[in-house]
Amino acid sequence: MGLFVAQILTGLANAAALFLVASGLSLIFGVTRIVNFAHGSLYMLGAYFGITLMNTLPGAFGFWSAILLSGLIIGLIGVIIEICVLRPVYRAPELFQLVATFGVILVIQDLALMIWGAEDRLGPRAPGLKSVVRIMGEPVPQYDLALIAITPFILLGLWWLITKTRIGILVRAATQDREMVGALGVNQSWLFTGVFFLGSALAGLGGAIQLPKGGADLLMDLNIISSVFVVVVIGGMGSIPGAFVASVLISVLNVFGVAYLPQSTLVLMYVVMAVVLLLRPYGLFGREEKAGEHGQAGEPDRPIRPAGLYGRIAVAALLAVLALIPVFSGSFTQVLLTDIIIFCLFAASLQFMLSTGGLVSFGHAAYFGGGAYAAALLVSYSDTPMEIAFMFAPLAAGLLAILFGWFCIRLSGVYFAMLTLAFSQLIWSAAFQWYEVTGGDDGLVNIWPAKWLSGTNAYYYFTLIVGVGGIILLRHLTHAPIGYALRGTRDSARQAEATGINVKLIQWTAFSIAGALAGLAGGLFVFSKGSIFPNELEIAKSFDALIVVFLGGVKTLSGGVVGAGFMEVAKDWLTRLEYWRLILGLVIIGVVIIAPDGIVGTLRKVSERIGLRRTEEFMK
Amino acid sequence: MNAVLKVSGLNRFFGGIQAVKDVTFEVAPGELKALIGPNGAGKSTCFNMLMGQLPPSSGKVFLNGEEITGKPPRDIWRRGVGRTFQITGTYQSMTVAENVQMALMSHHRRIFAIRPYAYKLYREEAMALLEIVGMADQADRACAILAYGDLKRLELAIALANEPTLLLMDEPTAGMAPKERIRLMQLTADIVRERGVSVLFTEHDMDVVFAHAHHIMVLNRGELIAEGTATEVRNNKKVQEVYLGGGMLFNKEDTHA
Repeated sequence: MGLFVAQILTGLANAAALFLVASGLSLIFGVTRIVNFAHGSLYMLGAYFGITLMNTLPGAFGFWSAILLSGLIIGLIGVIIEICVLRPVYRAPELFQLVATFGVILVIQDLALMIWGAEDRLGPRAPGLKSVVRIMGEPVPQYDLALIAITPFILLGLWWLITKTRIGILVRAATQDREMVGALGVNQSWLFTGVFFLGSALAGLGGAIQLPKGGADLLMDLNIISSVFVVVVIGGMGSIPGAFVASVLISVLNVFGVAYLPQSTLVLMYVVMAVVLLLRPYGLFGREEKAGEHGQAGEPDRPIRPAGLYGRIAVAALLAVLALIPVFSGSFTQVLLTDIIIFCLFAASLQFMLSTGGLVSFGHAAYFGGGAYAAALLVSYSDTPMEIAFMFAPLAAGLLAILFGWFCIRLSGVYFAMLTLAFSQLIWSAAFQWYEVTGGDDGLVNIWPAKWLSGTNAYYYFTLIVGVGGIILLRHLTHAPIGYALRGTRDSARQAEATGINVKLIQWTAFSIAGALAGLAGGLFVFSKGSIFPNELEIAKSFDALIVVFLGGVKTLSGGVVGAGFMEVAKDWLTRLEYWRLILGLVIIGVVIIAPDGIVGTLRKVSERIGLRRTEEFMK
Repeated sequence: MNAVLKVSGLNRFFGGIQAVKDVTFEVAPGELKALIGPNGAGKSTCFNMLMGQLPPSSGKVFLNGEEITGKPPRDIWRRGVGRTFQITGTYQSMTVAENVQMALMSHHRRIFAIRPYAYKLYREEAMALLEIVGMADQADRACAILAYGDLKRLELAIALANEPTLLLMDEPTAGMAPKERIRLMQLTADIVRERGVSVLFTEHDMDVVFAHAHHIMVLNRGELIAEGTATEVRNNKKVQEVYLGGGMLFNKEDTHA
């Protein structure tokens, strides 16, 4: 009984920081409709600033004012981010904003590395609250009790701010209908900036207040962001009480998970999230999203046509060059090109559902890594010949996509994205924590191709044929009736339904096809590396794909492939620099703001403007 | 003669508000019937229930004798109902012809075909339909750059793709210039005559309604208050009240004046 109570108390104490960060994110989303992936970075910065300030300011007064000051500083940093990065892209589709905030993550990671160094920092203990209290015989840290006491006041304060003040009225009004608020003469820009300040400050407070329990390190940004998303989605996007209830739920669940089911703590969290989304698609306290709010904004896509004669000749020439590579260059180039082709296929599979179908998935890595793991598990446990294991990769990933897709397509917009994220995290946590089967962090090794494919040359050709084949297949499907129907469901679901097209079935099919081809890429990947680790299933991997599709051009057909090729080459060059993330992050933010059409889209427009390319017939 | 569309006792509540009250009517083959009424009378709600976008609270809808109440729009479409919307919902990223081809692919059940290029399928049939609405010369333009009136005509061509026995047109001329309105309704009337299609449409423009509709139904506050030919409806006391005022409030002043 004592242990039980102690664990509940630990859970409640852990909920404090989580609630602070989650309520900030929820607030920002509710008003600005921006899913701020950089919110975890603000939390990390809050922790670092907290440590620096606590070491400067003396005593208990110094400790608590350091926490408040960190909140203030992070709030101001949030304002800078909002004004410089997000203001220019408010009118853009949500994917643009997401990518921009991901750029911010990269920038902040390297800035933190520059300022505070790579070493993990231990947080100072709170003066006067350093010891433990015995409750029913179990030791409970005093600081935990302090946190439990503080959290309700924060909730109360936020509740008062939102329900009783003029600012709160504006925030609530903007959450429901921001255009109306604008029409009634409220300066939206400053309202957004203000909300960003508040939300960021809460993240900063969360980072600083957890210091005595956790400390600060460079991984805490991405570590917390997935829990925060779980909390916000379970609670309902934009709902503060929801964030509170969900933080407590998840924290307590985690503590009990650690005690009773140590192998499944992570899985548990995502299972809960998936279940909540299935029963209440908009979270416990959320309200239904208005349709169309998250649709494709901006200029409509152009009509498409299969490549003409010149296009085909160009592609054939490129393929001929690729086929001749082994004759001219060494194995290093071939390995790099193998990586590039695999990544291109992965990106193309995402582009199929994302651009053609308007289905923005945050968890596409699940199918890439899922396919890779499926093949690797077959090889490891049943000595399956490589050929069969390889074919199993797209099959398994496709089945996974059929299963997850069935749940996901019932939702749309941000909630769709969040559920795909939850499922991918589910797969990731299974791979990470189910040590006996998947090897956990050590991954699965010795997964080599069959003899006839084992040379660098042979595997290069294998990848070239399968990879390019997959890309061409996807491209063809885009031009086939199924691809057109998919585009139709994206352009106008109502029209599609009113002309006999089963929208959900089409979306489900596209989801499954995209999953299977991501799995094919995963199969190529695992046999090229000879091993697979959980990081191929991480959020970062899903984001890589999103970013390259975006870099290449969302509203183009070849954007994913071009973006992936560009990115792999750029990374190969950039990662030799110490602060490559900073540069990459700045490039991403720059592209979002300056060239939102991406590489292919921008090239197309520029070449039309200067007369290198005729304006397409149907645009006249 | 069997009715193409038969609606009986249709009701719809939104919370405590009854948007449609016990609406019963029929549409005969080859009939061009208008459903008119002031803003908020329940016309669109009625339409959405006929096409399956909205389930009725109670009541039944029959198409050619088969019950279609509560079926999803795509099923109702398959049974031969074409629909145009008050606000067009064409596929912006496709060309004019492709928009029609899309509906034809669905009609011929080729949506899941993998081999063919979609832009080549049923091109000729699509051109024939575009010819009917006078859009053939714009067949290869992107939908996104069309004028609104042209989009409306395109929608009509799409609605004809499944060889419907019934066309449901929700405010077909909304947002169009006066000249275009007349042309579009003339076109619709021609289609009714030549193809034997029945049309049920809602409309705000009374010139359009009285010029073309064979029969007119008037909806007010969710209830059908009159039905008949143009002259009958024009002379109906209740209809005059609804459209020209004459509510209780003004009666006294009227008598004094």
